[in-house]
Amino acid sequence: MAEVLFFIAGTGAIAGAIGVVRVSNPFYSVLALVSHLLSLAALFLLLRAQFVAAAQVIVYAGAVMVLYVFVVAYVGGSQMPMRPAGGPVMNVGAIVFATALFVELVIAFLGSSLQAIDTDGAQYDAAFGTPGQIGELLLTKFLLPFEVASFLLLIAAVGAVVLARRRGGIVDQAPATPLDRPRPLGTGTMAEAVGVLLPEGSGLKEDKPEREKGGW
Amino acid sequence: MVFSIGAGGVLTRRNPLVILLCLELMLNAANLALIAFSRMWGNSDGQIFAIVVMVVAACEVCIGLGVVVAMYRRRLPVDVDEMTELSG
Repeated sequence: MAEVLFFIAGTGAIAGAIGVVRVSNPFYSVLALVSHLLSLAALFLLLRAQFVAAAQVIVYAGAVMVLYVFVVAYVGGSQMPMRPAGGPVMNVGAIVFATALFVELVIAFLGSSLQAIDTDGAQYDAAFGTPGQIGELLLTKFLLPFEVASFLLLIAAVGAVVLARRRGGIVDQAPATPLDRPRPLGTGTMAEAVGVLLPEGSGLKEDKPEREKGGW
Repeated sequence: MVFSIGAGGVLTRRNPLVILLCLELMLNAANLALIAFSRMWGNSDGQIFAIVVMVVAACEVCIGLGVVVAMYRRRLPVDVDEMTELSG
């Protein structure tokens, strides 16, 4: 049973990862990453890491991926195509680099740890990986990293707000609405009705809508 | 059995094009290896490490997406090859 689950989740994880890299639409790429993360959570469960699996599903596949989906929808999916032409040298170099990294990691794994592959792993008590044990470790042995991580999260949140806010000095060029286009004179605009317009013949400059001065 | 999982995690390290997403992939491969080692040695420390990695990944996503949104606001091209302003 565990083997069947392992192979299902493993193939799901690898297929999701390949999908992330190969799909050109970033929206589908995010969805592939969600399936990859869910498969990984199943693998974590098989490895007796219940708390990490739950955190993976909730934090990663939930919150972080929702953030991704929002940003992809905001930026616009079609504006981020997979760069087809990074140059052939770049593509070949990328493949060579990935293959080299893969071979190196396989060598490392073969050299270090394949003696455990036929065993059931180390003995573990029933509480292994439960939230209680993880929390106890976090608050005793790993208290300092825990606090540092929380500060890091705080700094990252503040930094993201600072990065993504609207800056006061930079004019935010919103896409032109019909109201922003200059209209020919004498076509019955609201500005004409309230007498803002300069006399005829002074150009289109006076046709700027009132919005730019901050009022309605 | 347990360690072929680590090899499967290594397989996910494909080269990034959708760069932030692939950063996530690589961090997750590392996470999987950490948890597999933790299970192998029967020691929960690896799971703590995995949680810390998840925290770091969340921070990185936060900042990365903030940069993307800021670039989009300033109408810069959302493409790493054309971002050369910082290259001196």
